[in-house]
Amino acid sequence: MFWDWSYVWEIMPALLRASLVTIQATVLGFILAAVLGLVLAIMRMSKTNWISIPTAGFVEFIRSTPVLIQIFFIYFVFPEFGVVLPAMVAGVIALGLHYGSYCSEVYRAGLENIPSGQWEASIALNLSPYITFRDIIIPQAIPPVVPALGNYLVALFKETPLLSAIAVLELMQTAKILGSESFRYVEPITIVGAFFLVMSLVAAALIRRVEAYLNRTLRNPGGAR
Amino acid sequence: MTTPMVKFDNVTKRYGSLTVLDSLNLEIAPNEKVAIIGPSGSGKTTVLRMLMTLERINEGVIYVDGEPMTHMQKNGKLVPADERYLRRVRGNVGMVFQHFNLFPHMSALKNCMEAPLHVLGLSRKAAAERATELLDMVGLGDKRDQYPSQLSGGQQQRVAIARALAMRPKVMLFDEVTSALDPELVGEVLNVIRKLGTEHSLTMLMVTHQMGFAREFADRVCFFYGGRIAESGKPDEIFNDPKEERTRQFLSAVLEAS
Amino acid sequence: MQLRQLAVCAIVFFTAGLAVSSFAGFREFIPGLLQGAWVTIQITVGGSLLAVVMALIGAMAKMYGLGPIRWLAVAYIEIFRGTSALVQLFWLFFVLPHFGVVLDPMTVAIAALGLNVGAYGAEVVRGAVNSVPRGQWEASVALNMPRALALRRIILPQAFVAMIPPWGNLFIELLKATALVSLITISDLTFKAQQMNQITFRTVEIFTIVLVMYLAISIVITVGTRTLETIAARGIARGR
Repeated sequence: MFWDWSYVWEIMPALLRASLVTIQATVLGFILAAVLGLVLAIMRMSKTNWISIPTAGFVEFIRSTPVLIQIFFIYFVFPEFGVVLPAMVAGVIALGLHYGSYCSEVYRAGLENIPSGQWEASIALNLSPYITFRDIIIPQAIPPVVPALGNYLVALFKETPLLSAIAVLELMQTAKILGSESFRYVEPITIVGAFFLVMSLVAAALIRRVEAYLNRTLRNPGGAR
Repeated sequence: MTTPMVKFDNVTKRYGSLTVLDSLNLEIAPNEKVAIIGPSGSGKTTVLRMLMTLERINEGVIYVDGEPMTHMQKNGKLVPADERYLRRVRGNVGMVFQHFNLFPHMSALKNCMEAPLHVLGLSRKAAAERATELLDMVGLGDKRDQYPSQLSGGQQQRVAIARALAMRPKVMLFDEVTSALDPELVGEVLNVIRKLGTEHSLTMLMVTHQMGFAREFADRVCFFYGGRIAESGKPDEIFNDPKEERTRQFLSAVLEAS
Repeated sequence: MQLRQLAVCAIVFFTAGLAVSSFAGFREFIPGLLQGAWVTIQITVGGSLLAVVMALIGAMAKMYGLGPIRWLAVAYIEIFRGTSALVQLFWLFFVLPHFGVVLDPMTVAIAALGLNVGAYGAEVVRGAVNSVPRGQWEASVALNMPRALALRRIILPQAFVAMIPPWGNLFIELLKATALVSLITISDLTFKAQQMNQITFRTVEIFTIVLVMYLAISIVITVGTRTLETIAARGIARGR
């Protein structure tokens, strides 16, 4: 038989539990990526070369190499230095690092789009760098880049199956285990695939909505006619 | 009364709620040279684009050399033309664009050979001969292996004219062909157009801001305003003694600026 | 490019430092890693070729295909972009045999990655074709060219130049995705890294060197792409 609906019913609870793990990994990973990305972007724009250049090198390096290796690196290398991380933590850190470097490029583009006049006005008003960033620069830089960040959130979500390589019990790992127990791979893996497809289509539509909303409010801050 | 080469029969063109051309009636005789002048937004360029089938019309019919161009006969009725019919009749018309639109990845010669080779089915030798002949005629025989990026604006526009002529159209359309050129390059293009008019039997329709040229070259001048022909007549009549107030205003504004 | 070179230099020096400090040990695992690298390169090249073919077919079908063909192209693009490469890889590896289709792992790998990157590539092709100035289409119409001819002779050659940089990025994405095939038992660089690690336990060196190897391949791709850009731009001699 191609498709066994009763088997689908059987495995649903396990898959639903696993989807929670997937979502957990996604959310934690993205929070790390979003924050780290901003930090990396600011470091990269630093005037002091010995901060900006190594940061740039680091970001390029992370972006150009497979995230799977980075996951293995963090999972296997840290114990060499005495730090043993549970698989989920290692996975989240690796994903956060990898997508943090993508996000840093996005932030960088957003920050560079701020007219230099804004920086100059802040200096003229004697605002500290921290206040300048917090109240002037970041509120202007973030809204335009939100769609791009949203896309990376979706991409991160779709990469969580990689954590199955270090045995995190997310969706893909669960599907493989179920498959190997019952020798029926069709249902688990197809359901997992369908789940990701639906979620990413929904997310893409949401991101378009956010983009449209931002375009409207950006053109009309304060709602002036 | 000979059949007009081009006939606009109650042609209307709308963009959404905006009427760009309003029941236009215009007849152009074979070999006639007509200049179209007027303010921007008056529908001048749309006239050319519809004739070149770059735009569909909303009402009316356009005829070229007696045959309907925008519509075709089907069971004794006129219905909007399909692509196959358009490809048959479009060959009667050629167009030169304001921004040249030369193919940047081909030399001048190849630009002029491309359509005769692939659309008319000429042999490579015949297409090359025709292209060389035309490039010589526009004064660019020695530049035929140069690429558009290596040519000046005036040279590119002359290549564009040769390219359009290579298809041997009966009607040539010129859409503000000197507007994108530096002033010192305008003359060489106008000279080629002048030469075309005297040496070849071509019906020519040009949208232009070059009033001096229109005055000296055109058989007839049409002043467009608000999607209609506000006034039309011989160049002397229009330029020396315009009957309509709007024509007068437009001409004085243009002549003041030059 | 400058920063990349700096990064590479730094890593090379770091690795050289490691090498000096544990020279004999290197011979333990380097040959194994190089074998894996060769497999990775093969999959990258094979997958890239398939991706280009699928992208062209998909883009043309989506832009100019009639009803069902267009629908198929849209479905292909949405499905392969909406699910991750790993899911697609596993599906082809675990599920196809149930339908009687048994392929060797290498074929599955190249097929999955090629189809995946091809879907993204189709959007790149579409974007590039749309970026060709409208005036080129209008000139083609004015010369009474049929659409297929205009596409073949006028539009696509110009779109090609615009496509090269995004394709370069896609090829690098494909390279990174090849690491996934280690999870379907293919002895690529990632698989070999784990294998060598189990044997020698020189974890830090192995994984660092592996990362550098991937970086090296991606730099080769980038250099190749930039060279192609220069050649293509010269051929087109872009101008007004």
